[in-house]
Amino acid sequence: MSLNGLLLDKRSSIIKKWRDLVISTYPIDTQRFLKREKDRFSNPVGQTIAEDLEILYDQLIKDNDIDQISRSLDNIVRIRAVQDFKPSAAVGFVLALKRLIRKEIGVDTGQGETKDDMEALEERIEAAALLAFDIYAGCKKKLYELRVIEATNQVSSLLERANLKVEIPEFDPVL
Amino acid sequence: MNFILGMVIAAIGMGPVVMIPLVGVGVLKLNFFFGVIVPYAALAIFVIGIIYRVMNWSRSPVPYRIPTTAGQEWSFPWIKSNPIDNPKNTCGVVARMIFEVLTFRSLFRHTKLEYRNTETGPKIDYEWEKWLWLAALAFHYSFLVIFLRHFRFFMEPVPGFVHLLEKLDGFMQLGLLPINGLGTPGVYLTDMLLMLAVTYLLLRRIYIPQVRYISLPADYFPLFLILTLGTTGILMRYLIRVDITAVKELAIGLFTLHPVAPEGIGVIFYVHLFCLCVLIAYFPFSKLMHMAGIFLSPTRNLANTSRMVRHVNPWNYPVKFHTYEAYENEFREHMIEAGLPVEKGLDSEPAKKAEEE
Amino acid sequence: MADTPKPEELSKIDHAPPLMEGWMDVPAEIRPGIYCYGGKAKNVAAVGMPNPRDWNPADDDWKLPENWEQIIDEGMRDRLDKYRSFKLFMDICVRCGACADKCHFFIGSGDPKNMPVMRAELLRSVYRKKFTAAGKILGKIAGARKLTEEVLKEWWTYLYQCTECRRCSLFCPYGIDMAEITIMGRELTNLLGLNIDWIAGPVANCNRTGNHLGIQPHAYKDMIDFFVDEIEEVSGIRVEPDLNRKGAEILFVTPSGDVFADPGTYTAMGYLMLFHYLKAQGLDITWSTYASEGGNFGFFTSHEMAKRLNAKMYAEAKRLGVKWILGGECGHMWRVVHQYMNTWNGPADFLEEPVSPITGTKFETATGTKMVHIIEFTADLIRNNRLKLDPSRNDNLIVTYHDSCNTSRGMGFLEEPRYVIKNVCNNFYEMPPNTIREQTFCCGSGSGLNAGEDMELRMRGGLPRANAVKHVHEKYGVNMLSCICALDRAVLPTSLGYWVPEVAVTGVHEMVANALVFDGEKERTTNLRGEPLPGMEDEE
Ligand code: HEM
Ligand code: SF4
Ligand code: SF4
Repeated sequence: MSLNGLLLDKRSSIIKKWRDLVISTYPIDTQRFLKREKDRFSNPVGQTIAEDLEILYDQLIKDNDIDQISRSLDNIVRIRAVQDFKPSAAVGFVLALKRLIRKEIGVDTGQGETKDDMEALEERIEAAALLAFDIYAGCKKKLYELRVIEATNQVSSLLERANLKVEIPEFDPVL
Repeated sequence: MNFILGMVIAAIGMGPVVMIPLVGVGVLKLNFFFGVIVPYAALAIFVIGIIYRVMNWSRSPVPYRIPTTAGQEWSFPWIKSNPIDNPKNTCGVVARMIFEVLTFRSLFRHTKLEYRNTETGPKIDYEWEKWLWLAALAFHYSFLVIFLRHFRFFMEPVPGFVHLLEKLDGFMQLGLLPINGLGTPGVYLTDMLLMLAVTYLLLRRIYIPQVRYISLPADYFPLFLILTLGTTGILMRYLIRVDITAVKELAIGLFTLHPVAPEGIGVIFYVHLFCLCVLIAYFPFSKLMHMAGIFLSPTRNLANTSRMVRHVNPWNYPVKFHTYEAYENEFREHMIEAGLPVEKGLDSEPAKKAEEE
Repeated sequence: MADTPKPEELSKIDHAPPLMEGWMDVPAEIRPGIYCYGGKAKNVAAVGMPNPRDWNPADDDWKLPENWEQIIDEGMRDRLDKYRSFKLFMDICVRCGACADKCHFFIGSGDPKNMPVMRAELLRSVYRKKFTAAGKILGKIAGARKLTEEVLKEWWTYLYQCTECRRCSLFCPYGIDMAEITIMGRELTNLLGLNIDWIAGPVANCNRTGNHLGIQPHAYKDMIDFFVDEIEEVSGIRVEPDLNRKGAEILFVTPSGDVFADPGTYTAMGYLMLFHYLKAQGLDITWSTYASEGGNFGFFTSHEMAKRLNAKMYAEAKRLGVKWILGGECGHMWRVVHQYMNTWNGPADFLEEPVSPITGTKFETATGTKMVHIIEFTADLIRNNRLKLDPSRNDNLIVTYHDSCNTSRGMGFLEEPRYVIKNVCNNFYEMPPNTIREQTFCCGSGSGLNAGEDMELRMRGGLPRANAVKHVHEKYGVNMLSCICALDRAVLPTSLGYWVPEVAVTGVHEMVANALVFDGEKERTTNLRGEPLPGMEDEE
């Protein structure tokens, strides 16, 4: 069977394991809630993870639509960026897919076409991981911007009145 | 404290509850003590305890009118209000309380019936909250019915409502258990329900991590107690028969204040009775006081009339606040300059005095 | 050299408790992004609250008073004797967990100590130790624990992660209201000077100048003048508001946020326009610079402080000799006005039972407090056809409505705003039922938590609300979230800016004013924000 066939075959099992892995990064006492509460509005964290991991998987293994991938990564990473995670922990789940697939599929990657396919897939996953990191950094930057905007808004009319209103500076962090 | 320890502690607490009557009656033969004195003492603690607790709560006033409004308030005639969830008067409050007490309305609120898309089409998914509400209702009503059914022992002749309850409750024996002749009395629905519901309530405490996280020994203990109470009761009814006539003699004696402790009632009965005594004696000092507390809860038992009628706080005390005078004194010059009306002109006496200070 | 950790190892949250430990053994973490800065000495001293000093929650030493334990002890006893709610709620919780997953902070963070029942247990455990026999004798076995500095820090951490939104209370079978417990807990921490500056500052300002920002009267006037110019620019109408005018029939009080903060300023312009419109029909109304703050951050420190700040409203009404008070769009201001004001500072027998001077409608809900919500007032006007409205001017908006916690669960004010909204705009869509009306989700930044330094906390808390907004944005193209709360207008743009940047925030009276057709106005080409009206895009 081709790699893609295998990946489709094991789709639900891999996705489930992947989701469990992401959920397992939350406090043990809340994992069940995150998994079991199926209402999108009562449990946005758990449901976002469930829905977007599925999309991500499909996109990564076949369609590779970069917009879809970014959107789904954004949904998940945006949440994790404001929770108690270190940066590596917030985005680490993407790379974890690589190991998961290897473990699950267990193909000997040492031969021919499958090997190439596998390498291509792993490259895509790595790219997605990098993208996730960009998104994470973007979220943090956004938080900072919002803080400034809010502070300005709070006294906006005064500033305007006193002709003190300044436009929010463009954020171009010099590294 | 974690949940394993919590359960172990609660279980250790249960040990004496079973052992004391076993030894006391089984070995030491203290029938009168366990059959008469302990029940009276427990009942006294129960009654006095509850009265004390309720009085104690009532001693603290309700300074503010803070109902949780769970629906549209009464406002314009052309806007439909929700008189139960947002009561406008005592009538509404009574209705709200009746729903709370009899149907656990608030607990029901967060139950949602859910449709989930699965591969085989939409599927109804009952969330666990539904089970909590159901189990809570099943448990409390079974408890109530079983309690009422016990009047069969306390009263002679047996009152009519008990017969009625027994009939309704025992309808299962007709169709479902045809082998009645073997000496097995009919199965009461509430016996089963109570045991199932309590078991469920216990299991969810162990199984659902959030509930496990918040549970204390004081949460496991009453469940263990009720489970033991129910188990001994069921055992007596179906397996280890005791002398019912003697039990009835004892019960009527207790009820009519002419206590006797007849011989020959199996020790299991005393375990059952002692569990009950512990339960009611424990009642006033525990979370079981929610039975009385619910009626006093200020977020539920007050009408949303806050803007219509002044609610009086008995300990309301005057406070010092920054007066207009002080305010004007500080800003008078600016105010005048900006064309804002002021109480006192710049060269009035008080203004000068304020200036000097 | 150690091996590089695997991704899945790296990504674990590090505070999963060991099997044999329970929550009592896990101390709270004071994390940046979550906690708010401590109240500054000058702000705390300005209103005479206890233990003023500069302190930093991240430091080990919180500079507590010597006898802090005794203070808490007495403070708790005092409050148990004064508040049945507190005493009852300490005793009757069965820990059924029904409230556990109803809190937006729990939902957004997954931190089990953010379950409402836990917030209460933090205090209850100490209560049991101090005030119950079982707790004194059995200690931990009875769920009791000693109050240590560590426990105190845990209190503080989680008391300032509760927005007093009361959502939990809705689902509790006994109505146990964590907001009530948080209020008590915050009173206790305030006895030790454990405040946050974002609350202490506004309180000090409000006390002195009448508003949270510390704006002095002339600057306030200046602000209103500025609005007058802006309004003229948009509509060609010159409104003439009154400030501090004696003998007016009605005193208008609104949160200062509307006067100084975007996008609340547009709502303030909305009020001005509405009042001007009604002038010809007999509205006689004045603003006040002294009572220029409807909001009440005092409510987030102690009942007494709240009462002190609130007292100005009636005092000013009396001084000006008005007949009744009209209140602007605000959340916690209305919790205070509705459920506390008359008890604290009433009876308001120097005022008259409010009657709309335009329609003659008697506001029977407000006969005691004598204060009417501006949405009630406007709804009644619309109902009686007193406003000429052109909702199509709001056609560029696809609107949804966020019920603020205080007006929905502390008042039951659900239909009136919807009625007004549906009359001033054509595109209105509700969010899912379990996120609106009495079940509404908090903005995530209420009760004084809208500081800048706790942005991560606020974003987590705001997630459930924003998530529902996102849903209607994706489904119906909603681009405007309307609300009747000044705090919402200040904080939701930030929260949505993070979660759903396509959706902006507006007050209801901004939309009213945009739709309001004046006699003799010039043809409007823009709305109050200066954005082109639908169909006018080319005129720019
Ligand atoms: C006015 C009467 C009562 C009302 C309205 C009431 C209501 C409730 C509600 C709503 C719950 C929460 C749901 C649950 O956890 O099951 C509860 C729990 C409980 N009630 Fe009652 N109750 C009443 C009387 C009693 C009595 C007389 C007992 C004594 C046996 C009792 C024992 C319990 C126990 C043990 C629990 C906790 C169950 C658990 O651990 O999950 N209740 N009650
Ligand atoms: S819902 Fe009420 S009784 Fe149940 S755990 Fe929460 S506060 Fe306690
Ligand atoms: S009042 Fe609101 S913020 Fe506080 S615990 Fe309850 S749900 Fe959470």
